[in-house]
Amino acid sequence: MNVAAMLRRPTFWLILAATLAFALLPLRGDNVGLREDLLLAAVYVILASNLNLMIGYAGYVNFGNIVFFGLGGYLCVWLVNSHGWPLVAAALSAGVAVSFAALLFGLGILRLRGAYFALATIGVNEGVKAFVVNFSPWGGSTGIYLSIEAYKPLGGPAKALWTIYFLMIAVMGLSLLLSYGIKRSKFGLGLRAIGQNENAAIVLGVPTRHYKALVYSASAFLPAVAGALFFFKSAFIQPDDAFDLVLSTEAIVTVMLGGQGTVVGPALGAFLYEELRGTLLTSQTFSSFQLVIAGVLLLLIVLFLPGGLMGWIHRRWPRSKQVLE
Amino acid sequence: MTALLELHGIGKRFGGLEAVADLSFTLGEGEILGLIGPNGAGKSTAFNLINGVFRPDQGRVVFRGEDITGLAPNHVVRRGLARTHQIVQPLAAVSVLENCIVGACFGRENLPLRAAEAVAREIAEFVGLTARLDEPAGQLTIAGKKRLELARTLCARPVLLLLDEVLAGLNPAEVERMLGVIRKIRESGVSILIIEHLMQAIMGLSDRIIVLSSGRKLAEGRPPDVAANPAVIEAYLGDASLAEALHRKA
Amino acid sequence: MFGILASIIDGVLVGSVYGLAAMGLTLIWGVMDVINLTHGAMIVAGMFGLFYLSTLLGAPAYAAIPPVLVAGFAVGVGLYWIAVHRMIGRPPLMSLLATFSVNMVLIGLGTTVWGTVLFNVPVSLPGITWHGYTFTGTHIMAAVLTAAIAGALYLFLYRTRPGKAIRAVASNREAAELNGIPTRQVLSFAFGLGIALACVSGALIATMFPFTVLSGTAYQLKSFVVTVLGGLGNPAGALFGGVALGLLEGMVTPFMPVSWTSVIEFVVFVIVLIAFPGGLFNFTRRP
Repeated sequence: MNVAAMLRRPTFWLILAATLAFALLPLRGDNVGLREDLLLAAVYVILASNLNLMIGYAGYVNFGNIVFFGLGGYLCVWLVNSHGWPLVAAALSAGVAVSFAALLFGLGILRLRGAYFALATIGVNEGVKAFVVNFSPWGGSTGIYLSIEAYKPLGGPAKALWTIYFLMIAVMGLSLLLSYGIKRSKFGLGLRAIGQNENAAIVLGVPTRHYKALVYSASAFLPAVAGALFFFKSAFIQPDDAFDLVLSTEAIVTVMLGGQGTVVGPALGAFLYEELRGTLLTSQTFSSFQLVIAGVLLLLIVLFLPGGLMGWIHRRWPRSKQVLE
Repeated sequence: MTALLELHGIGKRFGGLEAVADLSFTLGEGEILGLIGPNGAGKSTAFNLINGVFRPDQGRVVFRGEDITGLAPNHVVRRGLARTHQIVQPLAAVSVLENCIVGACFGRENLPLRAAEAVAREIAEFVGLTARLDEPAGQLTIAGKKRLELARTLCARPVLLLLDEVLAGLNPAEVERMLGVIRKIRESGVSILIIEHLMQAIMGLSDRIIVLSSGRKLAEGRPPDVAANPAVIEAYLGDASLAEALHRKA
Repeated sequence: MFGILASIIDGVLVGSVYGLAAMGLTLIWGVMDVINLTHGAMIVAGMFGLFYLSTLLGAPAYAAIPPVLVAGFAVGVGLYWIAVHRMIGRPPLMSLLATFSVNMVLIGLGTTVWGTVLFNVPVSLPGITWHGYTFTGTHIMAAVLTAAIAGALYLFLYRTRPGKAIRAVASNREAAELNGIPTRQVLSFAFGLGIALACVSGALIATMFPFTVLSGTAYQLKSFVVTVLGGLGNPAGALFGGVALGLLEGMVTPFMPVSWTSVIEFVVFVIVLIAFPGGLFNFTRRP
């Protein structure tokens, strides 16, 4: 992808600006509350942007997307806890390992077409969770607790939380850049052909099996790293949190809400949704109601506004397509 | 004349139906070879067997000396064998230009984006779609869609082009235009295997004709010889106007 | 030795009910190309239906089966018009997301109202004893009822006009429409039927095992496995696939802790999807 060309696009600068805003805002007055809120928002943006590669570009719904997040978390916490690895090495290794596993799994599972693939991913989450529950080196159903010693190399818990935050923001920026870079590349063109009409794409010469496996693997890397950072920060990981069906669903909802297939859309959808959820949760105590709201929102979008917010904005103000891609 | 495409004893069964049986022929470099036959004769199936949509039950397909039997369509395109479809399937929500760019990117030359765009514009002009480049492909007329189908197939820079009823649904003026384009394509060095029901068109266009009936090769030869062949006329007797046209050609 | 055999036979009995559930899923898929992701929730609905009908009305559990069937049908038709109707003909992605979202709503509401409490419907039925092993009466009854319902479904699809209409629409919707068949009504009917089957199978499962609001997920996975074993769109295959899965469970459970069942089923699922895309029991050969 031509770097010079990318530097001339407004969307690139938008991504940069948003990332900087996330990084700098909590620094004013050492605002820990804002930092925590933005950290969670960043996680949603990361999950949505990477999931968009599958749903929005290739047209394949990955219902089990949270698996990358959870496995990344487990690998990292386990490497740090049982083998004393430093955070960054553990997080990156977790990312590489998970995306490699995704590549292998993808090569097998992505010879299936759209709906069959979706079915397979529905089972992935349950299957992996059930496996981890029975897997004692990873604490089984109890999970793994990270000792406070783990924060020593990062200068103690308080400093570590800031470092982790900046790392997470970096991952968020990378997710958006990855999404953008792919969209404007030949790879992205092939993916979008697949998403439009896979049979036509095959006849046009697009190497569909490889591209699908590649994008599946690519969509796994950054969420795995994000999971690694997130659960390291939480100092505790257990199967229900790591493979949270609700979060998996919300990732899908946010992609559709914001506008699948665009770069800005899923990020926007994720951010808005997370803020909405934050305000709602202060007055609701049942997480099960979260699921109801997410479900209703998704149904309304699918029925009445399949292009999401970006779809609506692009239709209303066609020139925005150049700026908000 | 070197053989570009060879079919050796190709056969395919669907359940109880023998769609194609023991089909063999050769297509030479620079040739336009016409494939005709009554409905259900197995012509489109033959195409599907050549470009990898179906795997033949028996037989081999050899292209440029390489055995491509059963190779998936995207790999076949990479090797320089491209094909249009009877039922056109453009990438509807995407622009005409982008449709062509996809063809250029993933075709024989495997071009990067910028180069592919240049090729796409060039081919679009060749085919006459320059005015419609930025329109969503789904909004074209039937004639436009057929031209797009041809354009994006050409963007793959094939050495052999399989045309599946490109003239169907076109009015006489559009047919003339399309025939002109096909001749230009042959002049640019691309060999052509064409299925067509418009008898006059295909008889006038082709160097040689192959006639299929019930999945088997019935006759092969130059257009006048094939038209005079009594077995061929008999195969078409069910369709009087076709028999008439063949007879006129003889 | 007999222990394993008994386990296998029991597996076959229970498996037939899985097959019934899968028939609902595969029917909807075959007729309208929609994968019904509310399937699991509907199975749970059937379970709760049986529970409330039999405890509220004090009726014998099996008498509650017909009302559950009818109610399931009604709910299914309603669901069709709310969420599925507009998705017909749109990319499969959309119908997946539509049914998925309804499923989320149902599970969310379910857990809000009932939490994760375990429910049980006490049904006492004398079993059959053979060589020292007792086959639970409820399991046998469930298998018998499954056979009856499957038989009725077959007769309906192949011997009645509405059934033929459904098969026509499944075969070629446009052609059916051109022949004057009211496709929209047929689709909603078929959807209702598929949901009814899911609910009824849930009710039957409730006579055999305790359940929670979240039990649906496990049974949905089983239904998917069975559906791909039997070939999507093939009700007879679904029944055989269910029996096969039950057989597998019967062979495996004596040797492994129950929590591994999901993992094994998922692995089987993926293997079958990749290696046998047409299903193991696909009796209709397609080109």
